[in-house]
Amino acid sequence: MLSTFLAVLRRDLLLAWRGRADVLVTLAFFTIVVCLFPFGVGAEPNQLRAIAPGVLWVAALLACLLSLHRLFAQDYVDGTLEQLLLSSEPAALWVMAKVLAFWLSTGLPVVAVAPAMGLLLDLEQGGLPVLILSLLLGTPILALLGAVGAALTLGLRGGGMLLALLVLPLFVPVLIFGAGAVEAELSGTGAAAHLLLLGGGLAGALALAPVACAAALRISTD
Amino acid sequence: MLEVHRLACLKGDRLLFRDLAFRLHAGGLLRVAGPNGVGKTSLLRLATGLAMAEAGEILWRGESIRRVREAFHGELLYLGHAAALNDLLSPLENLRFACAAAGDATDEEACIEALVRIGLADQLDLPARVLSQGQRRRVGLARLFLSAHRPLWVLDEPFTALDVHAVADLAATLSAHCAAGGMVMLTTHQDAPFARAPEVLDVGVFAC
Repeated sequence: MLSTFLAVLRRDLLLAWRGRADVLVTLAFFTIVVCLFPFGVGAEPNQLRAIAPGVLWVAALLACLLSLHRLFAQDYVDGTLEQLLLSSEPAALWVMAKVLAFWLSTGLPVVAVAPAMGLLLDLEQGGLPVLILSLLLGTPILALLGAVGAALTLGLRGGGMLLALLVLPLFVPVLIFGAGAVEAELSGTGAAAHLLLLGGGLAGALALAPVACAAALRISTD
Repeated sequence: MLEVHRLACLKGDRLLFRDLAFRLHAGGLLRVAGPNGVGKTSLLRLATGLAMAEAGEILWRGESIRRVREAFHGELLYLGHAAALNDLLSPLENLRFACAAAGDATDEEACIEALVRIGLADQLDLPARVLSQGQRRRVGLARLFLSAHRPLWVLDEPFTALDVHAVADLAATLSAHCAAGGMVMLTTHQDAPFARAPEVLDVGVFAC
């Protein structure tokens, strides 16, 4: 049972490595979006410091959204998705592998450069660990929820726009608790509650999203 | 044994065919025939369980394929129009992945042997994007050599883009699979030199 999971994970990571330009584009997008804010709102350190958690989280969310449509598109076009759906292994399992590979190749790099972007916006040092932790817990939720949206909009004309409309409202709670965690830590109330809620959200998404995503893929390929 | 009863297929808002029925016994070779657009590929996709039928039922060993989906898919090999090749991976990587994803234990030696046998000995490590149409088709067909344990083969236009020798080889492979008690269901517009003439199912007869 694990062999299908590992085969899909290995292949998707290998594909991400061979198509690493896509990963760099996502990272560049994240960096540029964050850099736009000082130009837009002015380079006043106090102001930047105040908006830093929200800006970093919104940028991470948009970077994730930007690459979501790639999750199943190529496999859908070349017929790999049909073959995966005909596997005798449960579909939720390899969906999980695909989402994990997606997160490792797009979510994790964003989490890795986020502290540097935090310093750019003069985020206080004490907020950085919580920022990283909240992104580590939150971006997998974005990937899991986004995967359901990507599966539902597969093969549709203008699917990218529809995907954004479909999943952005679902991303709102993650954004609130993710950015909220950093702000709570900086204001001295402690980030534990926010992080626990994010953790709970991740556990729920891990349990439900792969099954929903598998069902959506069956509908899309029908 | 694959049995199909009173099958109807709706594509968009058009009914393609209805009351379609056939039986495929062990050792049977069924050729699905009919003009373009009559619903041959749709029938194949229904028979694999990839698509949902509007009406009717499909039984595998007497049980609805909806109910025994995982067991049924373990005994099925489907090769569709698209060759399921990723352009960034080599034929060997693609084949190994296809076998692993289907749930078969894969051994690199066996995959190499299958690719050599299908005539891709020199292309093992090239990225799939540089392969010709016929070569891409062959990578998909190499799975046949690794899927003898799956009794039911459903093949959509397997002869497309193949040269004369490859067509003869493929026909021999399919005939051998049937002779060993397997079942093959395929669509083709081409006459292939099968050992025994296939049964023909004309979808046009059931068209609406």
